[in-house]
Amino acid sequence: MTAAPEVLVAGKGLHTYYGYSHVLHGVDFSVRAGETVCLMGRNGMGKTTLLRTLLGHVRARRGTVHVRGEDMTQARTSRIIRKGIAYVPEGRGIFANLTVREHLVMAARPGFDGRNEWTIERVLASFPRLSERLTSQGTNLSGGEQQMLAIGRALLTNPDLLILDEATEGLAPLIRQQIWFVVHDIKETGIATIIVDKNVDVLLDLSDRATIMVKGEIVYDGDCDTLRHSPDILNTHVGI
Amino acid sequence: MSLSLFLVQVFNGLQYGLILFLIASGLTLIFGIMGIINLAHGAFYMLGAYVAFGIAQSSGSLVLAVLGAVATMAALGFVIERVLIGRLYNRNHLDQVLITFGLILVFDEAQRIIWGSDVHSVAIPPALSSSFQVSDIMAFSYYRIFVTVVCAVLAVTMALVIQKTKLGMWIRAGASNREMVSSLGVDINMLFALVFAAGAALTGFAGAISVPLTSVSPGMGDAIIIISFVVVVIGGVGSIKGAFFGALLIGLADTFGRVLLPQFSSFLVYAIMAGVLLWRPQGLFARA
Ligand SMILES: Nc1ncnc2c1ncn2[C@@H]1O[C@H](COP(=O)(O)OP(=O)(O)OP(=O)(O)O)[C@@H](O)[C@H]1O
Ligand SMILES: [Mg+2]
Repeated sequence: MTAAPEVLVAGKGLHTYYGYSHVLHGVDFSVRAGETVCLMGRNGMGKTTLLRTLLGHVRARRGTVHVRGEDMTQARTSRIIRKGIAYVPEGRGIFANLTVREHLVMAARPGFDGRNEWTIERVLASFPRLSERLTSQGTNLSGGEQQMLAIGRALLTNPDLLILDEATEGLAPLIRQQIWFVVHDIKETGIATIIVDKNVDVLLDLSDRATIMVKGEIVYDGDCDTLRHSPDILNTHVGI
Repeated sequence: MSLSLFLVQVFNGLQYGLILFLIASGLTLIFGIMGIINLAHGAFYMLGAYVAFGIAQSSGSLVLAVLGAVATMAALGFVIERVLIGRLYNRNHLDQVLITFGLILVFDEAQRIIWGSDVHSVAIPPALSSSFQVSDIMAFSYYRIFVTVVCAVLAVTMALVIQKTKLGMWIRAGASNREMVSSLGVDINMLFALVFAAGAALTGFAGAISVPLTSVSPGMGDAIIIISFVVVVIGGVGSIKGAFFGALLIGLADTFGRVLLPQFSSFLVYAIMAGVLLWRPQGLFARA
């Protein structure tokens, strides 16, 4: 038996608050290199908060965050990210005052181990749509184009882990399909992913492991097949 | 007005405008990108001038004086951002105004303690002390030409850095979404501290290089901060391009005002500001 791949990110016993409101109630969550994990749950259950806690955008009041085995509970976001993590946030985080090309140029850098697999050319080849819009300002893009740009920008940091919050929210079916196609390609290249989305079927087909969050707690963490055959769990906790 | 007098005034106006741009660009960047109203920006100008004066006094070298002033102001700006300003990003403008006004009092007092309340001056370096004769009575001072060229080079460099480099893109992106910039692996706190330090250094440079042209006096920062805010407001808050054209406009207006309408000159820049704001309430180059 070969050793299990390295744990890239691990949160342990995370309790996160916004002011007085207690959002995460002792969450354990981790991803290994090369693993595709989906994070499901109804609105307002704390999925985004968990991702933001792992990245240091909000601090957990209790619990720890380790990245590649190093304690990063108090580390700045930029340090966490530079260990090989890329983030496509809910809402996509496109800069209103930068062009498409500038988004790509500003993000490009070698990965954690110095890899330079993703170049602007390769991103544009994956998203031909973007090459037609290189000089457009971020805000003049359609939702689908923005999401492609957000993913392309993330890939240009040559990550080992890509975090996708609401991967296809608000997109037309055809564009969704394109995004899933690319996510599938990314998985094939060996990049680990954490995906949050509302399309349960797609997530279960794509992922190696599924997690479900209810009111700030992980209520399911296991394989996708079990879940696929347990409509009751999905009905109660995710809703389809 | 003769042609040569006109040309000399145009030139003086541009030179003053470029100095104003160096000051206002820092002010507008710090406000536009970090959302900080820095009333103490004028005190940086004053301190730059005094540090340059101090170094010029003891070393006799204006070059050394200017470099020393720039380095001092960059370091001071960096420390102030880390210690004070960095805590103000999520606070309201009243808190910012109070803290930065407090800084003015501290710097003014420090200036009085170190250098006293006298007015000082520094001679133009001999190599640049002559002037270029336009007519019998009109001349361009070589030092002013030198200052103009240096300021223009700095202005172009700044525009290139902001428009063309990765650093510039990070800075602009930081204005629209700080959290996302840090999500790309950029240390946004360090970036903002550097921008603030650069703003202080540019303003200190403007103060230092102006020393041979104006005198060094207590309160010189107060006058310049007001006129710099006028420039920022005319140009459109947060716009470097706006600061550039606003500064040239005010530089020229102020210079010509002093010659043509001496009794109204102090009023003229405010009249221009009012006019611009009536025409474009957001300033000439308001950011979208
Ligand atoms: N910045 C904030 N300040 C205060 N409360 C917040 C903030 N962000 C989220 N919350 C609250 O925390 C809870 C969890 O929100 P979170 O965004 O993590 O949920 P989510 O599972 O990502 O939901 P969605 O599916 O709608 O994206 C919600 O009750 C939300 O209202
Ligand atoms: Mg969410």
